[in-house]
Amino acid sequence: MTRVVGRPTPHESARLHVTGQARYTDDLPLPPGALHGWPVTSPHAHARVVAIAVSEATTIPGVVTILTREDVPGENNSGPLRHDEPLFLGAGDVATYHGQAIAWVLGTSVEAARQGAGRVVVTYEKLDAILDPADAIRLGSVHTDPQWIRRGDVDVELVGAGEAGHAIVSGEFRMGAQDHFPLETHVSVALADEDGRMMVHSSTQHPSETQAIVAHALGLSLNDVVVQCVRMGGGFGGKETQANAWAAVAAIGAWKTGRAVKVRLDRDRHMILTGKRHPFLARYRVVVSRSGDLCGLDLELYADGGWSLDLSDAVLGRAMFHADNGYFFPVMRVRGQVLKTHKTSQTAFRGFGGPQGVAVAEEIIDCAARAIGMDPHDVRTRNLYRGSGETNTTHYGQEIGDNRLAIIWEGVQDSGEFVSRREAIRAANDLGGGMRRGIAVTPVKFGISFTTTFLNQAGALVLIYSDGSVQVNHGGTEMGQGLQVKMAQVAAEVLGVPLASIRMMPTRTDKVPNTSATAASSGSDLNGGAVRDACLTLRGRLAPVAAQLLTAHGAPAVHADDVDFGDGQVSVRSRPDQRVAFASVVRAAYLARVGLSSTGYYRTPGIWFDKASGRGKPFHYYACGAAIAEVEVDGFTGQMRVLRVDILHDVGSSLNPLVDTGQVEGGFIQGMGWVTMEEVVWGIDGRLLTHAPSTYKIPASTDVPGDWRVTLLPRAAQPGVIYGSKAVGEPPLMLGLCVREAIRDAVASFAPRGSHPERVGLALPATGEAILDAIDAVRG
Amino acid sequence: MAKMIINVEVNGERQELLTEPHRTLLDLLRDNLSLTGTKEGCGTGDCGACTVLIDGRPVNSCLVLAPEAEGRRVTTVEGLAEDNKLHPVQTAFIEEGGLQCGICTPGMLISAVALLRSNTEPSEQSIRYAISGNLCRCTGYDKIVRAIEVASKRMKANAAIASH
Repeated sequence: MTRVVGRPTPHESARLHVTGQARYTDDLPLPPGALHGWPVTSPHAHARVVAIAVSEATTIPGVVTILTREDVPGENNSGPLRHDEPLFLGAGDVATYHGQAIAWVLGTSVEAARQGAGRVVVTYEKLDAILDPADAIRLGSVHTDPQWIRRGDVDVELVGAGEAGHAIVSGEFRMGAQDHFPLETHVSVALADEDGRMMVHSSTQHPSETQAIVAHALGLSLNDVVVQCVRMGGGFGGKETQANAWAAVAAIGAWKTGRAVKVRLDRDRHMILTGKRHPFLARYRVVVSRSGDLCGLDLELYADGGWSLDLSDAVLGRAMFHADNGYFFPVMRVRGQVLKTHKTSQTAFRGFGGPQGVAVAEEIIDCAARAIGMDPHDVRTRNLYRGSGETNTTHYGQEIGDNRLAIIWEGVQDSGEFVSRREAIRAANDLGGGMRRGIAVTPVKFGISFTTTFLNQAGALVLIYSDGSVQVNHGGTEMGQGLQVKMAQVAAEVLGVPLASIRMMPTRTDKVPNTSATAASSGSDLNGGAVRDACLTLRGRLAPVAAQLLTAHGAPAVHADDVDFGDGQVSVRSRPDQRVAFASVVRAAYLARVGLSSTGYYRTPGIWFDKASGRGKPFHYYACGAAIAEVEVDGFTGQMRVLRVDILHDVGSSLNPLVDTGQVEGGFIQGMGWVTMEEVVWGIDGRLLTHAPSTYKIPASTDVPGDWRVTLLPRAAQPGVIYGSKAVGEPPLMLGLCVREAIRDAVASFAPRGSHPERVGLALPATGEAILDAIDAVRG
Repeated sequence: MAKMIINVEVNGERQELLTEPHRTLLDLLRDNLSLTGTKEGCGTGDCGACTVLIDGRPVNSCLVLAPEAEGRRVTTVEGLAEDNKLHPVQTAFIEEGGLQCGICTPGMLISAVALLRSNTEPSEQSIRYAISGNLCRCTGYDKIVRAIEVASKRMKANAAIASH
């Protein structure tokens, strides 16, 4: 029988995408009289609103109304966990970041609304703003109490280090923010139903939460609001919580005016108003033996959360879980806290704190190695998780369970000719000159599951029509990652029908309720489990009908357990040529009054975490990989080129290798962008200076490695996950961090001949400017 | 503001469109003609999502004022397929996985088609340069470059067959 899962099947909407027919929220035809919203925004990072005067704005032709705090029928808030995100500010309220929306102007065109917004006069009383995380620490400006994870007693290790002959290496390390830059900006369209209930089309990764925020803002029940997301033009975490506010504003506008209201942020508003990857500040003391064994780590992690809490506590938590990356620290203490600053509210971004944790681990390894005069690569290899028991158990007490990381570590170095290339690079660099090369390999070990355990559940609704065609609904959203084609493959596989028989439906809250965000790389694992469950139920109902149809006249009865579903047929297992078309079975089932729709449900088994003790098994499994980067650095300009990249990554038994290699490649480049060129800059007044692609540089086609070799780990089926597959969305992003380490390798070669720098400080992102600074420092 | 009439040929059809002179060609396509395949990614000519052909040359339609399109021939992504038969570049993008979220895809295809019209055997480097003005946040570009390579080879093979 032909398998449908595991095949390199194109994206479900590929044909629509290449013909321009795929409809996004921004492309929906609007009903007559539809209005467009534009925000009135704060020109200060921190200021009290004294008064708002709207009368002048109403004189602009096309301006219909101005939405203010007083127009909110329900709760004036879009905070997803803590209710600390007012949608509108009125007199006496305090604006807490530059660009925060105060009010929204609705007009018959975007231009009218924008002009109207320019005429709304808001007076402010300016207040002192906190922008730098170090200032926030000093002033105690925090969103949360500290979180802790401890293994052993690091204080004992620090005190005893001298006597044991170990080195203590300490430092402070900052990581910059990153803008998601989905090519599709935030957009919502709200339409009031005949009875005041609300239909919202939103580019959201989390329709159920968007539904809840809209309902609360309108003072309605959840069943009064339907949210639909057909597809997104990229999400990357930026639409996990931060699509909600715009949906709520559109709904409030539709509620007030009775007309359809569209709120679409243009690129600049998108970047100015919405949160980014958290900048982090880390302070560490690491104890390392003279032979390069990591003995203990004392780490403080500060996530710069911006003006509101959003998901920052969970982002910080994941950073703390991943501060070991792939390395065994026998003694470890991690203290984490979310800082409050007057900037955008930083949010989920592919990796969700994991990249910051991994970057800290790599920074610590490099600094520890150089301080004791060792090659960082040797320290990495020496301390990789290995064996079983304690040396293969994380600092929060979860045993990793296999040694795939070690296999991958060796494998990528063999296939990537790491040792010979490194020797050649060393020899070339020893000749001197302005152009130097560098090479580095870094591992990734990424925990799969929402660390908030209850989120690890999913639902599905599968409908079979009497002609044998199928509609599949589930709670996941499509943002380009290929979830829909994977879910279609799962349904087709279970029901034994061709992919063409499956139609994937837009994600809607009236089909599957109470869904979790499509996030944490879990979309396929969770929704795949639910789709499979629903399809198994239906197959269970169809099997007896098929058995009856397959029982030949006068022959012994075929049992329902003895039929197979495949290739659009149902056949007798022992006699495959005795078969009946799936559609005929469905038709017979319909006539026999057998139910042809079913829900499905899945929850991840066996995961738990106790936040108080910092111990548990928060992850269902780990997704691992490793990558080698070779770069060339120009010592006169700081310019850097990536010459070659080798990747070996574990996606289990891939549901779809075409989709999965696409995720690995795209994730790598996004991670590389974060650590090399994407620099988010806030001015001293808190204004975001990098709010368009003219000032914020994401990788272009000419920035990616010329020689790029991507391999999926073979024979890698993962037990207990849908068809042996593994999550792939986030983990590859952290592979990109090898580029920064390769740059550091090149920078180190600029040290005076014969010497090894005791530290190679390199900013993150390692822009051309940062590379020049680093070279200057090692030149002495 | 006073409106004006723009005469423009879009995907082979002559159009007479009423618009305000400050609106862009992108607005004309999306709002007047409901050709929503062409996307606005940034509105400032930096991302390439709105790329269309004007008289065969790729341009960012968000930077072209509607009156500038007067008398021109415009090709959008909707005009690439002929008689419901996909252009080889479109087929290759599907098969090679040269797309994910799909927003950059229309502009990327237009840039690729423009390249292949002027250079039937582009090197990998010239492909990379030709699409360097089209930002993609999803794919990492490699599969896009491969797709354009595959398309150029197929088009060459097809041309060889046709000439025999």
